[in-house]
Amino acid sequence: MTRPPRKPRKPVASGAISDRVLEPAAEAELELTWKDPPGFWGWLVTTDHKRIARRYLVTAFLFFGLAGLGAVAMRLQLSKPENTLLSAARYNEIFTMHGTTMMFLFAVPIMEAVAVFLVPLMIGARALAFPRLNAFSYFVYLAGALTLWIGFILNIGPDVGWFAYTPLSGPEYSPGHRSDIWAQMITFTEIAALAVAVNLTTTIFKMRSPGMTLSRVPLFVWAMLITSIMTILALPAVMLASSLLMSDRLLATQFYNPAEGGDHILYQHLFWFFGHPEVYIIFLPGLAFVSSITATFSRRPVMGHIPMVLSQIAIGFLAFGLWVHHMFATGLPHLGDSFYTAASMAIALPSGVQIFCWIATLWAGKPVWKTPLLWVVGFIVTFVIGGLTGVMVASVPLDLQLHDTYFVVAHFHYVLIGGAVFPLFGAFQYWFPKFTGRLLSETAGKWQFWLFFIGFQLTFFPMHILGLLGMPRRVYTYPSGLGWEPYNQIATLGGVMLFTSVLIFVINVLVSLRRGALAGDNPWDGPTLEWATTSPPPPYNFMLTPVVDSREPLWEHREELPVMEGLSTAKREVLTSSPSEAEPISRQASPEPSIWPFLSAIATTIVLLGTIFSEWALVWGALPLGVVLTGWFWPKRPRAGGEAQ
Amino acid sequence: MKTRIVGDVSALPDHEFGLKSIVWWGLLGFMAIESMGFVLAIGAYLYIRGINDSWPFPPDQSPALLPGIVTTILLLASEVLNRWTARRAKAYDERGVKLGVTGMIAAGVIIIIARFFELPNLHTRWDVNAYGSVTWLLMFLHTLHIITDWADTGVMGGWLFTHKMEPTQFSEVYDNCGYWTFVVVSWLPIWALVYLAPRFM
Repeated sequence: MTRPPRKPRKPVASGAISDRVLEPAAEAELELTWKDPPGFWGWLVTTDHKRIARRYLVTAFLFFGLAGLGAVAMRLQLSKPENTLLSAARYNEIFTMHGTTMMFLFAVPIMEAVAVFLVPLMIGARALAFPRLNAFSYFVYLAGALTLWIGFILNIGPDVGWFAYTPLSGPEYSPGHRSDIWAQMITFTEIAALAVAVNLTTTIFKMRSPGMTLSRVPLFVWAMLITSIMTILALPAVMLASSLLMSDRLLATQFYNPAEGGDHILYQHLFWFFGHPEVYIIFLPGLAFVSSITATFSRRPVMGHIPMVLSQIAIGFLAFGLWVHHMFATGLPHLGDSFYTAASMAIALPSGVQIFCWIATLWAGKPVWKTPLLWVVGFIVTFVIGGLTGVMVASVPLDLQLHDTYFVVAHFHYVLIGGAVFPLFGAFQYWFPKFTGRLLSETAGKWQFWLFFIGFQLTFFPMHILGLLGMPRRVYTYPSGLGWEPYNQIATLGGVMLFTSVLIFVINVLVSLRRGALAGDNPWDGPTLEWATTSPPPPYNFMLTPVVDSREPLWEHREELPVMEGLSTAKREVLTSSPSEAEPISRQASPEPSIWPFLSAIATTIVLLGTIFSEWALVWGALPLGVVLTGWFWPKRPRAGGEAQ
Repeated sequence: MKTRIVGDVSALPDHEFGLKSIVWWGLLGFMAIESMGFVLAIGAYLYIRGINDSWPFPPDQSPALLPGIVTTILLLASEVLNRWTARRAKAYDERGVKLGVTGMIAAGVIIIIARFFELPNLHTRWDVNAYGSVTWLLMFLHTLHIITDWADTGVMGGWLFTHKMEPTQFSEVYDNCGYWTFVVVSWLPIWALVYLAPRFM
């Protein structure tokens, strides 16, 4: 074959200024090109990032509910001394399921889901870079989540804590398959999360609208980019930790067996090399939501855009230098302890810079106190408290006193719920109209916020005191007379308020889906590109490709948005651009809907579940996996010497 | 909202090579994930080495050098062919690409056979002690990469002959060559650890 003629590498500038979008026939063709097949088949084969993100959101939220019910059960058990509501063994299972579900089935996937929905819209793209990979990731995630919870229902759920330390999780102390289920759930969910991370990274670097240079990338997208890169670098560590654990259990390898030269501390290093960045993988998207909400409801751009971006990058770097502060109690060398103490304190600085930038934005703006902004204020208050207790436990002597007490439980709930769940509920309220076309009720939203904010402080603040009084984590009961009862009772009361708050949210969503006020394209007068399209957006996102010349394109161009034409309406096509300057480079084909991601997820599930029982599943399981992957990538071009298929 | 047309992208090409192609960026992402896997496995090797006095554990012997050297030479030689294939792909040379990919499939078979001569000559098993476990871990991870990329090249090579080649296929072959380079380069530190560390560390 001879070299095809090269086409010009730059788009042709149009001299004409026109109000037209597409001709009606072209618009109908575009709709047809990007439309999914109808019904359940369409649900299975869709590659639309918005549909997949919505199902990710719903699934992750269901697991949030299940893990929350586990939390309520634990709080009821601890509400009085020597309670017999739960047995010790059941309590172990429930706190393991609670932590594992919250971290792996809720926090990471739901943050990625919001990004999967919004990032292509915010950068003006028609789709994600790898739509089928995105569909595959959801089904693999779902299979991992079902593995964990079906295991729990069948009474073979894990009971070794969310980080499954060896030797407790190893072959000697955890016979049966409880630990295997935990370890393979890790593999499922990490494959899914990594697939999304690669997808988002490529999409952000390569598919931004013309003119969206790196300096014009919204803070939301920056945060998601850094989160995705962190995910790529951090998650292999937990996959390795859990795979070696599986291997010790299944193949009698000796990685974590000190009697044969292995080491339990190796497991902790691998786990926390993932585990600490994981906190920021959950928290950085929270910052993304806060930045978007703060700008829109302060009616001005976020103060200090460049320091904000640099702070996020700094967090990304520093997050990988802190993992040992989870291991101070293991007796590591003092010099190492000092380094990790310093690094743990240092990361408070970029977090602080961002807090001050948001406060300055609110100060300099004209705040509109809608519900999303209440969640931002709730976030700032709660997260600052959690950050301060984090600085406290970064100090080795104090950490040794507080290690494995309720003080640590209080700290990480302040950071994780404060840093991620508060912004997440704000994000739901803010972007719900874009997700569904309808607004959530403001009144119900305010009830939800105040119940959640007060309930949260009542639940978790007393735990600081319980920790200082010496109450250890992960105990299913405690004797009376230690002075712990009132704090536990307050915490349980707060837990009930949290439960009520979430119930109000669920009712608000269900009612608003049917009766919520119609939102229109841009109900909040938001500045970023997702508000330029309809609510909910069409399958192709934008009829024409937006052109960007500022960080707040919709505030810059209130009357009409500059766009480029020329992407095909007859076939799925996306525009690719240069990583830094976002100069248009090419039009590349985007995949059609396909059943193969679903079938590949099933084949992956067979391999991963098979290896719980036999190492040979890796061998025989490779065959169906190879078949479905071949089907996935089967070429659609004509046969050599024949006609198109 | 209202729009104002300021340009037309229809004249842009429909495929690109390397860093200009989104598929290549996806591959970069997966290579980054796998590189982290290798780095952490190497870290685990060095960690376990650091906490033990002898390496390998008696009575294990160090791995025999020759099979590892043979595989390394074969991998490096395949890289010459691989780079040539990548250049042919960028030049849209259909015949050269078909020849190169066929050669790479054959090279893959030879390298996999060579790898299976390496394994018994490691002089340890995965289940005897932590030295054996971590040595086999490194070998397993790299062998998995060889096999999966060979299978991928095989399927892609088959389609080059059964289906018409269009410009995007040259970009796909180019990307696949990039991945094989990763497989070759990642072997070098693993080879050094598996074969030299038991002798010199």
